[in-house]
Amino acid sequence: MEAAIEVADLRKTYRGRKTGEIRAVDGVSFRVERGEFFGILGPNGAGKTTTLEIVEGLRRPDSGTVRLLGRSPWPHSAELTGRVGVQLQASAFFEFLSAREQIETFAELYGASKARAAEMLDLVGLAEHANVRCEKLSGGQQQRLSIACALVGDPELVFLDEPTAALDPQARRNLWDLMRAINAEGRTVVLTTHYMEEAESLCDRVAIMDAGRIRAIDSPAGFVRDLDAPTRVTVAAGQLSEDRIGELAAGDPVTAGEAEVVFETRDPRKLLTSLASDGALDGLAVRTANLEDVFLHVTGREWRE
Amino acid sequence: MSLTAVREAPTQAKGKAYAALVKALGRGWLRDRSQVFFTLLLPLMFMVLLASVFGSSADSVSRVLTVGEVPVLDAADAGDFDVTAVGDLDEALALLREGEADAAVVQDGDAVTIYPSPTSSTSGSIATGKLSALVDQVNVEVLSAAAPGSPVLDAEVEEADGGALRPIQYLAPGILAWGIAIAGVFGAAGTIVDWKRDKLLRRLRLTPASVKTFLGAKVSVNLLVAIGQTAVFLAVAALVFGLELSPWTWFAVPLVMLGTLAFLAIGVVIGGIAQTSPGAAGLSNLVTMPMAFVSGAFWPLALSPTWVQWLSYLSPMRYLNEALQSVVVYGAPPTAVLPQLGFLAAFAAIVALISWRTFKFDEL
Repeated sequence: MEAAIEVADLRKTYRGRKTGEIRAVDGVSFRVERGEFFGILGPNGAGKTTTLEIVEGLRRPDSGTVRLLGRSPWPHSAELTGRVGVQLQASAFFEFLSAREQIETFAELYGASKARAAEMLDLVGLAEHANVRCEKLSGGQQQRLSIACALVGDPELVFLDEPTAALDPQARRNLWDLMRAINAEGRTVVLTTHYMEEAESLCDRVAIMDAGRIRAIDSPAGFVRDLDAPTRVTVAAGQLSEDRIGELAAGDPVTAGEAEVVFETRDPRKLLTSLASDGALDGLAVRTANLEDVFLHVTGREWRE
Repeated sequence: MSLTAVREAPTQAKGKAYAALVKALGRGWLRDRSQVFFTLLLPLMFMVLLASVFGSSADSVSRVLTVGEVPVLDAADAGDFDVTAVGDLDEALALLREGEADAAVVQDGDAVTIYPSPTSSTSGSIATGKLSALVDQVNVEVLSAAAPGSPVLDAEVEEADGGALRPIQYLAPGILAWGIAIAGVFGAAGTIVDWKRDKLLRRLRLTPASVKTFLGAKVSVNLLVAIGQTAVFLAVAALVFGLELSPWTWFAVPLVMLGTLAFLAIGVVIGGIAQTSPGAAGLSNLVTMPMAFVSGAFWPLALSPTWVQWLSYLSPMRYLNEALQSVVVYGAPPTAVLPQLGFLAAFAAIVALISWRTFKFDEL
């Protein structure tokens, strides 16, 4: 079976009168297997959306090839678009229509039934708001409706472009559950995000993108493992003598500040046991390496949201 | 996952997609009260206002100010003039400036001096014309008395078209043409700016329905709106203002459809340039307002200076206005407006080509 997506050496340069030449996508290649939850992670302006738009068939690359479910997304094909669902960054709705009318219109465009439309509205938890005009829905509800519209054609492959941007934490968590469910049904999901946590929690594999290039691709766990970073253990200051701190650190780096002591250790279990027996667990925090550290390591730049 | 679902045949799916889009866009239009106001009520308001402005001045009795004795007015028929005597010429001119009268008259022996209103050129020239005719009439009487038996020329005024052109007869086609123009230009420009913001077109490009189907549905909705607009407008003109509709009135339908295509094309060019809704509205006004003024939408083109009449040849609104007036008011057959049809079609084609070539689809 061919891959869901195969992208080879995509390039796209924008030439603005004022901005000069911007290499939005600069030699991007990746492959997404069927059924995979694939994330593209990067800060704003990294080229995630442009990459996605080229893969979806909205833009033509300057060079490079895209195969979507085994075929080129360009020119427009009713057969291919019928198998792909898309949620764009902006919530693109018909003005002055209710949630139900909205999704029923999309259902007709995909040749799906009204029953399917109602089912999708229910799936994203909007059945109660079916008669509310789209512009009156909250940001999270609009995103969910937008996802419902992407799913109404029963797609094999779903693109979600920053679906949780600008949502409050609760709405974001709800959307995560929904995205997991979509993937669990066997659909391939491609998600762009600039939230580390989101990529870590949802994706099978993540591509880290920065300045138009993919810097690394791996599973979140694989990234952290390869990083081989120490665990940072923090306790409140004043519980341990200076000598004891040196003893516990056993040669690993340690920072003793006025408010807290931070150990960087490769053997957190031993350190934590010792701290417990010393009764020095006030203000304890244990932080293992995460994608943020990976990003810093991969791009050489601090993560900024 | 049910990936085996049988999809419909492409042509059938296309027809369904088109119908679904027309339904969605049409519903949206009907629910947008500001659109309904703008395309239906605004032109009607203009018709009511302008009909009352032009209607009152044309039929009323001329208000004349006299300074001193004006014996020539004694020969006038009762009811032709509403005469008010004032103290001196300065007072008379002041009243004229305020629009309190249509003309002032001073008679000094054989010399009759007429001061038409500077504020209302129409009623001023009507009053001047009536006063001049009165002077001529008195002269003829004097000469006839002096030389009885000498033949005098007598002009008989026979009104064209079985009566004077009533204001509604040029206002109805003119304002309808203007209404069609603003609906088309503002509609297309506003829609494109909306698409730049909400990316609806981008989203629809990723459905099995093609862009052509969607644009076709969008234009269809605009054409339906234009036909509805025409029907409502002509019905009000006929029922409220007593406009007599000719048997060829139905031909207004293809005319406004062709006009709508031309104005939509202009709107697409504007929508391509503007980045915000206020920008699009401003540019649309910048195009439609001068166009209305040079095209005889609000008053007969013959009243405009020659250079404006020349300029009007460039305006599609002029041709739509002319063709509507010929067909709806004068009852000319469609063959009589073929030149206007030809120009509208050519204009629509050229502007559509320009908009197609210059349009930045990436922004949508």
